[in-house]
Formats: sequence, structure tokens, C-alpha cells
Amino acid sequence: MSTQQTYPIDVESIRQDFPILSRKVGGDVTVAGESENDTEPLVYLDNGATSQTPTQVVDAIVDYYYGYNANVHRGIHQLSQEASVAYEEAHDRVAAFINANGREEIVFTKNTTEAMNLVAYAWGLEALGPGDSVVATEMEHHASLVTWQQICKRTGAEIRYIQIDDEGRLDMDHAAELIDDSTRMVSAVHVSNTLGTVNPVGDLCDLAHEHDAFAFIDGAQAVPTRPVDVKAIDADFYAFSGHKMLGPTGIGVLYGKEEILEAMNPYLYGGEMIRSVTYEDSTWEDLPWKFEAGTPVIEQGIALHAAIDYLDDIGMENVQKHEELLAEYAYDELSAYDDVTIYGPPGDDRGGLVAFNVDGVHAHDLSSILNDYAVAIRAGDHCTQPLHDKLGAPASARASFYIYNTTDEIDRLVEAVDAARQLFA
Amino acid sequence: MGLGSDMYRQQILDHYKSPRNYGEMEDPTFTHVGENPSCGDTIKIDVQLDDDEETIEYVTFSGDGCAISQASASMLSERLQGMSLDELHDLDTDDITEMLGVTISPMRVKCAVLARQVAQDGAKLYHGDVEDLDITKTED
Ligand SMILES: Cc1ncc(COP(=O)(O)O)c(C=O)c1O
Repeated sequence: MSTQQTYPIDVESIRQDFPILSRKVGGDVTVAGESENDTEPLVYLDNGATSQTPTQVVDAIVDYYYGYNANVHRGIHQLSQEASVAYEEAHDRVAAFINANGREEIVFTKNTTEAMNLVAYAWGLEALGPGDSVVATEMEHHASLVTWQQICKRTGAEIRYIQIDDEGRLDMDHAAELIDDSTRMVSAVHVSNTLGTVNPVGDLCDLAHEHDAFAFIDGAQAVPTRPVDVKAIDADFYAFSGHKMLGPTGIGVLYGKEEILEAMNPYLYGGEMIRSVTYEDSTWEDLPWKFEAGTPVIEQGIALHAAIDYLDDIGMENVQKHEELLAEYAYDELSAYDDVTIYGPPGDDRGGLVAFNVDGVHAHDLSSILNDYAVAIRAGDHCTQPLHDKLGAPASARASFYIYNTTDEIDRLVEAVDAARQLFA
Repeated sequence: MGLGSDMYRQQILDHYKSPRNYGEMEDPTFTHVGENPSCGDTIKIDVQLDDDEETIEYVTFSGDGCAISQASASMLSERLQGMSLDELHDLDTDDITEMLGVTISPMRVKCAVLARQVAQDGAKLYHGDVEDLDITKTED
């Protein structure tokens, strides 16, 4: 038990920045927000789905709407200029955060899913054809799995999946077999949102490049939880979502190497993305605006900037250490029960999440009972249905941790899991 | 609500752990299947009608899934015996929650009503009121 746990980060003071963490739950779910019947302190362990938002990020949104709300790149008036500068600087901030060369390489999208689709449509539909292959992994999120599967169907290309081993790690020998001269794209998840596996994405990019293929890394669970350097990984494309890293919903990031983005056709057409238009033809804006048609996600970009500032203040190495500490603690506590099955690699070698099942208790029942204990986790297939089929479980329960979580909260999780075991025994 | 795990009263757990009328019939009057895609719950219901072709004589079910969906099917299989098809048709969600005897949280209602839906759709198919319904799916 964790009476005097010390953490690599100042969890106590971080928690002060998240008002939602002091709310209670347990009452009427048809009323949004805390109400009288809510009596139990919330334990929020569903950060893999979405993270909570600190006051600093909400303040940035309020400052924008109250202080300089305007459309960007359109007005010469002062508000528009202020908003444009802030919106552009958000791209610079993201670029610096993941070590991209600059804003040219940072496209704001709606989320990771849209970033994946942007490349699949703008590049894949044109480049792929019969005889080509796309290599994904068995642990892909539907965001990439379904996208490439369908683009392959439409283009006649073949999709291949790199196998996982018994501990939920990629079989890199199999990867080397599958990636060959027919391969045009290798699409791999950086940190699995179900297994917690941290994949050797640099090696996968190297394998792709040996065969002149591109590599697209899905960093939705990686960028929020560890330092990411797209140049060191040598990814051609890299994507993640703002809402899993203290930012708002409605913003995702597509990183792409400048020369590759330059050569690609636009994905969406319209205003903001053109340089000049005649009735006959149009030319495109510079990067990244070429890929941001219409009024973009201004508020969300500005808020993502604030979220990155917040995380950088803590330091991503420290965030990672905290995640690892919590993951190992949860893994150890839960694996003390013989009837609990945990998916993925051992506790000391995983990202900050633990997906598991309890024998004889359906994941949805487990989640309902945990909810009675005010513990919020996710139950289901976590958008990795083929992977769950492979694991032989239609669903699993997943606890996923973030900077404000404590070992006490994991104790509460384990207490609730134990209660469910006994109820169903 | 507190820590009593209200949804999992003894009755539900009892039906989940020892389901009544579990199995498949040799020669049912009609049979139908359904699933709850988001949970992976599946239910198959076999119904034997009386000679009047109106009264339910016997019901069996089989399937897999969460406690709420399976307990609900088990209880319903008992409840339906002796009922007319019209009465089956009239069963609504409130009847099911009453039968279960617990408050079902909104996200779990579809688990609770799956068996009823499968039975009702089976009866409709038998009557020819609907066609082309291979499998009942509760919506998300
Ligand atoms: C690994 C992974 N990839 C992609 C996604 C999709 O993210 P979004 O729903 O923000 O597009 C998620 C999150 O659900 C994820 O965990």
C-alpha cells in the first residue's frame, strides 16, 4: 500500500490545476456536472480516451474569445492579426515540441484519425495500386487499421499485418519479412492504446526506408506521455490528438516531412488553402496552410499551445517516469490476483495503461461496478477489435494514467476490482 | 448509490451464474438471434408455441455476454412461459427493468433489453410482419 509514495513530479500541486478532479460522482447521469446525489470523489483513470483540462488551457481559450477572437489570415484589422500570429505560433510550438523543422511540417487537423485519413486520401489514393502493399501491425488502432484497409480495398493494394508475440510485442523478424520492395507505406502505432507496448518505431521507419517506403507513426498515446523526436525516429508522417494531452477536442496534428507534404496534393479544397483562383484553375498556399482548408481550428490551436507549455514545464521525461511508475504499480497490484489477465508486456516495460480482464466478469460488468466505486475506466475493445479477437476477449477493461493520478487512486481501482471478483465468485 | 453495486443484486447474479432454460431446442416453432455490437453480447432464443399458435409454451436461450444481458434473458425465458404473443409484443423497457428489479444505468439499458428485442423480433418474423431480419442488433 502506498502511504508515502514519492513521485517524479509534483502531483499534489498539479491536481490543483484541474478543477474536475475534485468533483464527486455517483448520482444522476442525466444531469451534466456535479449534483447533490454525487457523493464519491472521482477517480479518473480513462486518460487514454481523453485527458482532463487544466485551468491554464481553459484560460487560454477564454483569453482568445474575450480578447482577440477573429478569423485568421483574412483581416487586416488588429484582432485578426493577433489571432493569426497566435495561431501560427501554435504551429511553431508544436514543431519545437516534437523536434520538427518548423511550421511547414505541422498541419492541424481534427484529430489523429483525420490526420491518418488526410495522408490516406491525399497520398494513398493516388500512389497505391495493385502490386503495392501497406504494412500495418496487429495492434493498430482502428484509426489507422480501418483507414489503410479501406484505401487498400479501393486501390487494389495489399494490406499486411506485423504479428505480435505472446507478450504483446511486435515480432520484428516478421516485420522484416513483410516489408519488402512492394511496400509503399508502413503504418505503426508508437504506444499501443490496448497493450501498452512501446514499439521500436525508429527501427520500423528504417525498415520502411530500406525499401523506399514511407512510415506513418500513430503517436496518439505517445506524444502525451513521453518525449517524442520525429527526426530521431525519422518518421515521414506522425500524428497525435490534442485532447489526450491536456488540450481540447477538435484538434489533431499531422507532422509530415516538408518535401513529402510539398509533393502531395491537397486533401480538402476551399478557402484559406489557395494562393490564387480563377474560374479555370487554382494554385495552393504554402505549407502547412495548403492542408488547412476553410476556417481552421483557431481556438484549439491556441489551447494546444498552452497545453504544450504546461507539459513542457513539467518536462516530458518526468511525465514518462510518472506514467511508468503508475503502470508498474497497477500491473503489480492487479497481477497479484490469479483470475486477472493483463494484456501486453510486463509492468516495467510499458506505457501508462493497463488493459485487463477478470475471469467470469464481463468487462462491461466490471466497468459498471468500478463506476459504483467512482472509478472511471474504459470497457470495450478500445478501437482495437481485431486485436481483441486475437487476444480471445471480446472486450477488456482499461485503466490509463496521467500526470495527476496517484497510487492511492490505483489502490481504489484494485479495491473495486476485488469487490467485483467477489461479487461474481 | 454508494458502494452496493446496485445493479448486481443477488437475483441478477443468481440468474447469471445459473441461467434458467439455457440451451437450444430440437424443434422450436421459431428461433431468432441478436447481438449487442458494442458489448459483444449475443443471445439466441428458441420458442415453442402451444397448439393454438398463440400461447408461448416453452422458451430456451443461449448466448454469451455481460451479466445484465444474460440474466435478463434467463428471467425473460421464465417470464414468457404462458404468455401470448400479443403480450410479448407489448413488453416495454419498463417491464424489463421491473422484471430485473434494479435500476439499470442508461448506458446498460441496451444490454437489459436485448433478449426482449430478440424474442419480439422472432415473433414478428414468425408472423411475417417483418422480413429480411437476419439478426437483431441493439443500437449504440
Ligand atoms: C493509438 C491511438 N490511435 C488513434 C487514436 C484516435 O484518436 P482520435 O480519436 O483523437 O482521432 C487513439 C485514441 O482513441 C489512439 O489511442
